[in-house]
Amino acid sequence: MRMKRPAFALIAPVLTVLTCLFLIVPIGMSILAGVTENYFVGVRSGLTLRWVGEVWGLYRETIFLSLQVALATLAVTLVVGVPLGYVLARSDSRWVRALEEALVLPVAMPGLATGLALVLAFGTFRDFRASWVFILVGHVLFTLPFMARSVAAVLSSINLPVLEEAAASLGAGFVQRFFTIVVPNAKGGVLAGALMVVTLSMGEFNITWMLHTPLTKTLPVGLADSYASMRLEIGSAYTLVFLLMIVPLLIAMQWLAARGTRTLPSKRG
Amino acid sequence: MATRITLERCAKTFPDGTRALEPLDLAIEPGECLVLLGPSGCGKTTLLRLIAGLAAPDEGGRIAFDGTDVTARPIEARRVGMVFQSYALFPNMNVAQNIAYGLKIRGDAPAATAARVAEMLRLTQLEGFGERRIDELSGGQKQRVALARAVAIAPSVLLLDEPLTALDAKLRESLRIELKRLLGALKVTSVFVTHDQAEAMALGDRIAVLSRGRIEQIGSARDIYARPATRFVAEFVGQVSRLNLPGRGEVLVRPEHVELGAPGTGSFDATVAVCTFLGNLSAIELCTDDGQTLLAETRVPVAAGSRVGVTLDPAYFLEPRS
Repeated sequence: MRMKRPAFALIAPVLTVLTCLFLIVPIGMSILAGVTENYFVGVRSGLTLRWVGEVWGLYRETIFLSLQVALATLAVTLVVGVPLGYVLARSDSRWVRALEEALVLPVAMPGLATGLALVLAFGTFRDFRASWVFILVGHVLFTLPFMARSVAAVLSSINLPVLEEAAASLGAGFVQRFFTIVVPNAKGGVLAGALMVVTLSMGEFNITWMLHTPLTKTLPVGLADSYASMRLEIGSAYTLVFLLMIVPLLIAMQWLAARGTRTLPSKRG
Repeated sequence: MATRITLERCAKTFPDGTRALEPLDLAIEPGECLVLLGPSGCGKTTLLRLIAGLAAPDEGGRIAFDGTDVTARPIEARRVGMVFQSYALFPNMNVAQNIAYGLKIRGDAPAATAARVAEMLRLTQLEGFGERRIDELSGGQKQRVALARAVAIAPSVLLLDEPLTALDAKLRESLRIELKRLLGALKVTSVFVTHDQAEAMALGDRIAVLSRGRIEQIGSARDIYARPATRFVAEFVGQVSRLNLPGRGEVLVRPEHVELGAPGTGSFDATVAVCTFLGNLSAIELCTDDGQTLLAETRVPVAAGSRVGVTLDPAYFLEPRS
């Protein structure tokens, strides 16, 4: 059977490389713009860290606020999402399934709509509205399903009910079982969920844009601001700063996913 | 001192209304191994879960350990050792940590725990396996770890839910012998659930045969086999043929009690329909001249189609009450 295999074998890698270039070149240009003296003149105008410095001076606060919101979001999703993931994995009641659907709603809905709903509901509580905690609420709504479902998926892949019965037969009460059996065996899901939550929170723009005040700007909101009102080099330098923060997280996530598929606990464990 | 377990009027109805267990009374003597034997859905696992405390009996049922009512006690307060068909070993712990789990939970000192774990590893012939990860063990090793873990806490009762079913045939037999030795040495009251009659006969001091939520018969392996109380027991444990004899009506007879000889030498003649060579013996399916089927066994194979004379000794006919 002679197929046109050689031709395809040649086209496929070329196509892949072209696609990658298509995706990477704009990012590379943006990064380059952030460290170029004058983008309109080009690289020959010289490379500089001046714009990064300007970003630091102008938008330092947004970087810290983004980190603060991301870590707080992580803390809340850990405390709420891990038990929630456990419930999702253990129960097959109609109500729990409905809850699972409801949980995903903020992901499916445009962020602006979620943001507006929050403003309508809580906008009148002035101190709350003006504080960064308001943004935290939006981020938790958006990221919670990622933690809960990630935990639920890992817990569903092991025979958890029997493990818990075994632990109970050995004298462990519910709390002991939760912390010695459930949480350790959910570790992979918790870790994957945690990285996802932090990454999503750092990059979240839609909901945050509706919820922020001039005093509570996160990095992505600051980015929009700089694109609109600063020179191109500063906006690009700002993008560079964001990438420096987010790329290590993405790499960690990839690494974890690759590791997870190798050592997934078996059902018969 | 081993524990005596008593169940009074214990029934179990599931929320959807199905009756898994009809009201039953049962006493399990201290140190005995009681096997619950029956087909799937007969209620044997439900009964085990009632004793374990993983399920509560219907209103009015009462379960007592050594006379103390434990009906309202959850499993974690009953001190039962459980061994599951799926092993249920904790994948986040190694072998030694699995065995130590119950000891740690009840707060034993580290030194005492380590000593007990070492003792359990020795008892189950797992010395040197303490640091192994669970997914590095074979099925047989996993079940030994599960057994060691259950026994480590010196439970008042050991509950085994089809512990050998997931293993392959050869391993199942060798582990069965090991288990018998271990149960004999521990002298702990144990309840063993299985659907395998050979396992039941090998391990049970007494066997309770269950069907459709009822105990059909309870007794020694010999009793169950030679004097089945019901037709169900006769047919579930071992092989049996139903035969309509002129002038006597229906009789039940085991294959080993059907004597074969030359045609014309027995009570009646029959034709060999199928002969299956099994090594130590051959299983024969006979067809009588009036079209009935009769199972027999012989030392030497007999060719299908041969005519044989059949002798039946009425002393061996099984006589179930119902």
